[in-house]
Amino acid sequence: MTPVNQPPTNHGHQDWIPVLELATQEVFELMLGCQLVKPAAPANGAPANITGMVGLAGQLCGVLSIGCDEKAAALMASKMLGIELSKVGRPEIADALGEVCNMAAGNFKNKISGLGDGCMLSPPSVITGDDYNIHSMAESPSLEISLLFESMPIHVCLQIHS
Amino acid sequence: MEETNHVSGKPKHFPPFGDEQILMPIRALIVDDSSVMRKIVDRSLRQAGIEISQLFEAGNGAEALGVVQDNKVDLILCDINMPVMDGLEFIKQLATVDNAKGVPVVMITTEGSEAHVVQALACGARGYIRKPFTADQVKEHVIPILAGKP
Repeated sequence: MTPVNQPPTNHGHQDWIPVLELATQEVFELMLGCQLVKPAAPANGAPANITGMVGLAGQLCGVLSIGCDEKAAALMASKMLGIELSKVGRPEIADALGEVCNMAAGNFKNKISGLGDGCMLSPPSVITGDDYNIHSMAESPSLEISLLFESMPIHVCLQIHS
Repeated sequence: MEETNHVSGKPKHFPPFGDEQILMPIRALIVDDSSVMRKIVDRSLRQAGIEISQLFEAGNGAEALGVVQDNKVDLILCDINMPVMDGLEFIKQLATVDNAKGVPVVMITTEGSEAHVVQALACGARGYIRKPFTADQVKEHVIPILAGKP
């Protein structure tokens, strides 16, 4: 994994976007054996009917989520398990997306100086469904990136609460 | 005294052959609350050239304690963040299980900070692998432990 050791800053944390992107890309590269690419154009409105979420608490409080279409999540599970796509079931899909999210969150915090020790992760949760929105009650910045996984969009969002 | 294989009584490893250690098949216990991650760890061990004669799986530390009380294992790979009983508590309690005395534990976890590494090693872990990881990293950390190197 590429060490970044980005120091924490306090201006909306937009400078963390490349770190978040790298942390996510490394998870896909090392654990799924594939590269994520940046879309040529923003994938606005692309369906996300499954979302993995991991809470962060401590020096950084927030939620890291990865949303995508269920087909993309099934392909993640297939690649992680090394089995055919047709043999992947719903429990494996949720488990795989939760783990991807967990590893992306862990990899991200370990790249930000001081967060490795000062920030804990919650167990991952996975939400599925065709029509849902996630609302944060905290007025807080969020870092969002869109990437393509095997030509399918995935959305990574870090909502920072404090 | 040289560590012996629990099944055959033969030495657990042979002298180096070229750059490779020829290892006996091992009985491995993989502890992680994610079944997907358990499969990945299993596959990484095999890709690292480690032959597994028997594979045990557990979803948390409490289940893993039950496994080692009833079965002999040669290697334990364990996550830290798990429900019911986490990995650090598991290795503390593992010391009280006669069946598991001297069995090396390698932590595989997203908690990759220096403090976590120190804490895990203080609890008795012999190695530490950060997620995400490659099969090469598993090989690099696990083979020397199985080969009896400090």
